Amino acid sequence: MQDDFHRIADALTAALTGQEVLTVWFSAEASDFVRFNHNQVRQAGSVTQRSISVDLIEGQRHASGQLRLSGDFESDRQRAGKLLADLREIRSQLPDDPHLLYATDVQSTERREENRLPDASAVVADVQKTGANRDLVGLYAGGAIHAGFANSLGQRNWYTSYSYNLDWSFYHQADKAVKTAYAGFEWRPADFDRKVAWAAEQLSAIAHPPQTVKPGRYRVYLAPAAVHDLIELLGWGGFGLKAHRTKQTSLLKLAEGQAGLAPAVTILENTADGVAPNFQEAGFLKPDRVTLIDHGRLGDCLTSPRSAKEYDVPTNGASAYEAPESVDMAAGDLAMQDVLKKLDTGVYVNNLHYLNYSDRAGCRATGMTRFATYLVEHGAIQGPLNVMRFDETLYRILGENLISLTAEREMILDPDTYFQRATASARLPGALIEDFSFTL
Amino acid sequence: MIDQIESRFREILPQADYVTLRYVQDRTETIPVRQNVVEPVTRGEDAGAMITVIDGDGMGYAATSDLTTSGLRRAAEQALAWARTTAGRCVADFSQVPRTSAQADYQTPVTKPWDSLSLKDKVDLLRRECERLKTDDLIVDWMTALMYEEADALLLTSEGGRIHQRFACLLPLMRATANKGTDTQTRTLAGYAFTRQGGLEILDDIGYAEAAPRIAAEALELLAAPDCPSGTMSLLAAPDQMVLQIHESIGHPLELDRILGDERNYAGTSFVTLDMLGTYRYGSDLLNVTFDPTRPEQLASYAYDDDGTPAQREYIIKDGILQRALGGIASQTRTGKPGVANARASGWNRPPIDRMANLNLEPGDATFDEMVAAVEHGIYMETNRSWSIDDSRNKFQFGCERARLIENGQLTTVVKNPNYRGISATFWRNLERVGNEDTFVVMGTPNCGKGEPNQLIKVAHASPAALFADVDVFGGA
Repeated sequence: MQDDFHRIADALTAALTGQEVLTVWFSAEASDFVRFNHNQVRQAGSVTQRSISVDLIEGQRHASGQLRLSGDFESDRQRAGKLLADLREIRSQLPDDPHLLYATDVQSTERREENRLPDASAVVADVQKTGANRDLVGLYAGGAIHAGFANSLGQRNWYTSYSYNLDWSFYHQADKAVKTAYAGFEWRPADFDRKVAWAAEQLSAIAHPPQTVKPGRYRVYLAPAAVHDLIELLGWGGFGLKAHRTKQTSLLKLAEGQAGLAPAVTILENTADGVAPNFQEAGFLKPDRVTLIDHGRLGDCLTSPRSAKEYDVPTNGASAYEAPESVDMAAGDLAMQDVLKKLDTGVYVNNLHYLNYSDRAGCRATGMTRFATYLVEHGAIQGPLNVMRFDETLYRILGENLISLTAEREMILDPDTYFQRATASARLPGALIEDFSFTL
Repeated sequence: MIDQIESRFREILPQADYVTLRYVQDRTETIPVRQNVVEPVTRGEDAGAMITVIDGDGMGYAATSDLTTSGLRRAAEQALAWARTTAGRCVADFSQVPRTSAQADYQTPVTKPWDSLSLKDKVDLLRRECERLKTDDLIVDWMTALMYEEADALLLTSEGGRIHQRFACLLPLMRATANKGTDTQTRTLAGYAFTRQGGLEILDDIGYAEAAPRIAAEALELLAAPDCPSGTMSLLAAPDQMVLQIHESIGHPLELDRILGDERNYAGTSFVTLDMLGTYRYGSDLLNVTFDPTRPEQLASYAYDDDGTPAQREYIIKDGILQRALGGIASQTRTGKPGVANARASGWNRPPIDRMANLNLEPGDATFDEMVAAVEHGIYMETNRSWSIDDSRNKFQFGCERARLIENGQLTTVVKNPNYRGISATFWRNLERVGNEDTFVVMGTPNCGKGEPNQLIKVAHASPAALFADVDVFGGA
């Protein structure tokens, strides 16, 4: 795969004229997807795809193109050559781009992992055996993910990973369920069994009669998956330099010193300990770590090459979207085994659902509880809670109302499969919060 | 390429009960201008094929961008292997799903082709409109963009089916953001909702070249406006908010695959159950909702869905009563219930699932002025900016870019950060008036997310303005 990419990049470089410079991004996957419902297979299949994104540059003028590759070199070379000719024509009709920036220091890297994945058909059998007599629903996604970068200056970067993500739920009835995931690089039956045992234990708690509470303020515990949902929402324009400079960041009040987060809150973009590639589309390498929130104060912004040029600051290798891909949120001092005792009376939330801003400038978010959410009284689970809507600012959730973060953290591998399987990840603690506002 | 794909399909056809090949070739061009600077113009070309095999009661698929004969043969072998692996393990006996031998062609009508205007002329148009958005120092970000896409979709089946459909669509964007201190307000040209099938004639139809001064003025106006008040009041929702209201609280809960539980691990389930079909009162007598593939300018018009089922107009809700759900041929077979032709895939690399297509609220008889005049204490909300709903599609909350209070039958003060919340199962029963044809606008959304593996797909909702009673309304932080 790597050789195929380099041959295409070399062929395109050979076709350049004059002072042209070329950057090429490559992405590919060979994935198996098996979808389950009621512990039966709903859809099963495989997807093999590879594509390039090309930027053809001359001076400050450029044009971009994307091309799906077939894998047949001669056909791909011809189609890529046609794309190059089209981009040359497009570029001739465009003005200079004052915000164009691409890597000119050649920094080649390679990260290649071994394939230790099981055969997907064996996973189907394993999963269905586990789900026997249970209502299991979810998706197994596994296989190879490749990413590459090349430019006409000679830089070559490569990334290969073989991973899987079994993202599944056990349902009790109606909307009462427990959700979990088993993800990694090597299928270890003992680890899978532990996940299943945890889910089965939760399922017995869910079987208690459902509880309902009135809208109001409650003491809540957000498990790491629920905290992840909040941080993902913040990542939607919260940390990017362009969003900050155009005052569209949801952290505007934090940036302007009119609101704060708790000193316990530290959030990094931790590429070194994540699973995503450490290079990006314009050829810049990502630093090992970027501190986004430093003990409750605003840290550095994620800065793409375009923003770097526009605002005259250095880039830190962020993608064009300037969103974190390898989230690392610092742990606190609350032992997970003490969570129910410290929660005492309130709501234990394993998962949130469908978050959005009800007031972006005020960093006020709304969303739903989902899956295993429990009403807890005096440290004991009373039963699953019927879904509740929250509407609350993150300055309260992770600021004045944050009691503590857990000492243990969970590593969450992003199960998203839009366009291609994701390589994002997050390592986060759970959070105990006072006066959390449920509205419906 | 279409001819080559057809001959290669015949060459690689595996021995199985039923085989389909779905080929999609997609061409895109994006021209963005931000703060008067032309950002990277991007041209894209995508092509690939999915082969689906049904053998016995098993089903499998394999999708590949390798369209050579050997590439397609490998995909066919993979799909057949999956069909054999899943035999006896599937949620349904897929051998019972009706097959297609239909032969048909469909093409989006276009009156002003994308290429009838040169790239330079398109860039000039976008720059001119972008410059007109920067009317004040308080406008801190502004942009215009055009996103064009044309696609060839070919469905071949081992029963002799051949359905070739060609689509073209355009998404015009315009946005101005104003800021003062810690308040930032954004106004857009209906967000992403003015996306339609067709060519550059869409720009004329939506008044793109006249919109910039209004967008800029309204962004500034919002900055100076008071916050939306809280309280229970009448809500008059504009079509560019109705798009999301229909989408989230009628469209998604009526998808048969959600009702069957396929989506429970991801997008969610539904408060609607199969026994409600034909009898459940979804809304007031004024609520009439259609699945309507017959309006060619709508984003999701087509002749056949991706399983080869012919598309026709159907009432989903008639006079407030739920008639049928949104389920394609596979879901109809699994449930024995009627559905619609809505098995759709986001591209060649994802299998078809039940999706919305064109799901429309049919016009009523009220003029806009009559609806305003009927309200003593209420609010008129425009342009969705926030959406959230529970996994059963019941408890929702929406936010809009702009609103005006309605006091004693008159539109009065502009307010910012308008939000409202409600419950689907009761909200639509409070539908009091439905706007007439004059208030009816064809809109859509290009990014509806659903499915495992995940898929983003284009859906459309045409709607008039509509008036609801007793809605819980509130403002910002």
